[in-house]
Amino acid sequence: MNMLEIRNLHARIDNQEILKGIDLAIPAGEVHAIMGPNGSGKSTLAHVLARRESYEVAEGQVLFQGKDLLAMKPEEAACEGLFMAFQYPVEVAGISNAYFLRAALNAQRKYRGEDPLDAIDFLPILKAKMELLEMDERFQGRSVNEGFSGGEKKRNEIVQMAVLEPRLAVLDETDSGLDIDALKIVARGVNAMRSPDRSIVLITHYQRLLDYIVPDYVHVLANGRIIRSGGPELALELENKGYGWIAPALAGAQ
Amino acid sequence: MTTSNTIQDIASQEYKWGFITEVDEDRIPKGLNEDTIRLISTKKNEPGFMLDWRLKAYRHWASLERAHAEPTWAHIKHPPIDYQGITYYSAPKQKPNRKSLDEVDPEVLEAYSKLGISLNEQKRLAGVAVDAVFDSVSVATTFKAKLAEKGVIFCSFSEAVQKHPDLVKKYLGSVVPYSDNFFAALNAAVFSDGSFAYVPKGVRCPMELSTYFRINAADTGQFERTLIVVEEGGYASYLEGCTAPKRDENQLHAAVVELIALDNAQIKYSTVQNWYPGDKEGNGGIYNFVTKRGKCLGNNSKISWTQVETGSAITWKYPSVILMGDNSVGEFYSVALTNNYQQADTGTKMIHMGKNTKSTIIAKGISAGHGQNTYRGQVKIMKGATGARNYTQCDSLLIGDQCGAHTFPYIEVRNGSARMEHEASTSKIGEDQIFYLRQRGLSAEEAVSMIINGFCKQVFRELPMEFAVEAQKLLSVSLEGSVG
Repeated sequence: MNMLEIRNLHARIDNQEILKGIDLAIPAGEVHAIMGPNGSGKSTLAHVLARRESYEVAEGQVLFQGKDLLAMKPEEAACEGLFMAFQYPVEVAGISNAYFLRAALNAQRKYRGEDPLDAIDFLPILKAKMELLEMDERFQGRSVNEGFSGGEKKRNEIVQMAVLEPRLAVLDETDSGLDIDALKIVARGVNAMRSPDRSIVLITHYQRLLDYIVPDYVHVLANGRIIRSGGPELALELENKGYGWIAPALAGAQ
Repeated sequence: MTTSNTIQDIASQEYKWGFITEVDEDRIPKGLNEDTIRLISTKKNEPGFMLDWRLKAYRHWASLERAHAEPTWAHIKHPPIDYQGITYYSAPKQKPNRKSLDEVDPEVLEAYSKLGISLNEQKRLAGVAVDAVFDSVSVATTFKAKLAEKGVIFCSFSEAVQKHPDLVKKYLGSVVPYSDNFFAALNAAVFSDGSFAYVPKGVRCPMELSTYFRINAADTGQFERTLIVVEEGGYASYLEGCTAPKRDENQLHAAVVELIALDNAQIKYSTVQNWYPGDKEGNGGIYNFVTKRGKCLGNNSKISWTQVETGSAITWKYPSVILMGDNSVGEFYSVALTNNYQQADTGTKMIHMGKNTKSTIIAKGISAGHGQNTYRGQVKIMKGATGARNYTQCDSLLIGDQCGAHTFPYIEVRNGSARMEHEASTSKIGEDQIFYLRQRGLSAEEAVSMIINGFCKQVFRELPMEFAVEAQKLLSVSLEGSVG
């Protein structure tokens, strides 16, 4: 069974059709990169999968571990094991990172019928994941993303992913705004999460991330459709030749 | 399901404390005149100085009323109050000189136990002494004997008038004179009970003192008066909670609280106010028009107000500190929530008179539904207050687009050495914030509750532990239905 199966997905926001028939299957254990120029629908796809309500699905079907993902609320999708790393992580004043993440983990554990973790059980888990992402221990007590630099926010997303251990992670432009050192740290965190029962979707604009997280497949999204799929070498070709090479109408597009 | 629906839905859960208790009430006829004052004073068997003071207060109030001098400056709206339509004294019938809880009407005890307040000392959490005020009178005070061992007096105001008239005479009206304002004058004339606490020199009060106010009878106003005096080097922490039945008519609650801290004394006063707020259409609810003020009379004294205001149709309340002693400290931490058609005009006054006096104001306003929330605060640095400092932070959080937040700071500085800081912010709970938390597995309700608790954190951490947990729960209940 595929981890994720998208069939003829059409979606719109503010009555404008953004996704115009996406078909994509991602087996468990694989890493798929989705690349494409600005405005091609990459982020829309991520938000539709995470069930953001302002994105309206007009047509199609999405199965997540065989279940109807489009019938789920955002928190149900999360509790079923779908994680999205945000391009722009949101700040929550007055709530510490540790408190927030434990509440999230316990909400998911409750959904699965497991007992909640108390702070004593939880903190060592968080600490280990933060060390992996080279985040200072002080970030535990700081309010969620408040006053974090762009790079710290992105690393914090990966810490959250590592703690929540999702079945499917959708990383929405996690590489944007990262310098090369931070990119390597994030890549190490993501690579540590690769496993036969977990799938990862990397949404990115640039090939650079894929030097460090090597995908099993690369898909090119343009104008709301997947126009080409291939192995990691497709990303390199795109880097050299630009998007115009596969879709002449997109010549000049970044 | 849009976010504003989500938020709207969370904010409208039923008021859980709205039951009515059937008790025999000793009530006087509606209306207010000098005879009413005499009747109340007689019922309470008061010494002459009390009646004189009440009558002066009444005459002052009556002159204000004739001059239509009810305050109109607050950012609130309500139909005129018919002061002749209110019953000014209503008490559950009970034996005079009751010796123990066994003699309190079981219906009244039952009412408190429904509210989660056990008046039975054995069943109570050790560490909290409770005075229970039901309509116009105190029905029981717990742990009196234990407190007396330390010399701490904690009893109903009526009992204090009988047993400690000298203390009452010395301090009553010394912080909030009867002429202070319209509602303070009314309270001074007709107040029927309240709590009294006295902590002698050098004593750290061994438990939290608390009063639970319950309005039960219909068409009745509650006018209680609390007086707390802490002598040199003493410490007291006092908590109050309030609830009322659901009724379609508005009911008036006009209380006065006076705090006095002598040299090196500290008073911490915490309120969780949950009077009936009215229904979703804005019918009924309590008019909570309250004057609370503390006087840092001694050097190095400290008075700290913490309030969580979630109830009442209208809240009009400015717990203040007069900083007379050198190096004295005043603090005000407030969360005020208005949902549906609730209105709040609340804040503080910090009057700096002594040298090196310091005040901190942290005010958090949350508006949902059609709620109108106003922060009004005055910081006044008098001429002699060399080295005075104030820090004010006021933050407003809006939920939905039908509500309002307003801020009216007044700053008056008459000494050039003063340092003042003022920060203000207004924010909305964003769909993006809620989505972020839901994506991690929290429900919409949990997400909103978490965002609001984060917003209020600076205030909640000032509350005694047990109260902080209560306050968080209360806030999410008060908002239930505003998120959908």
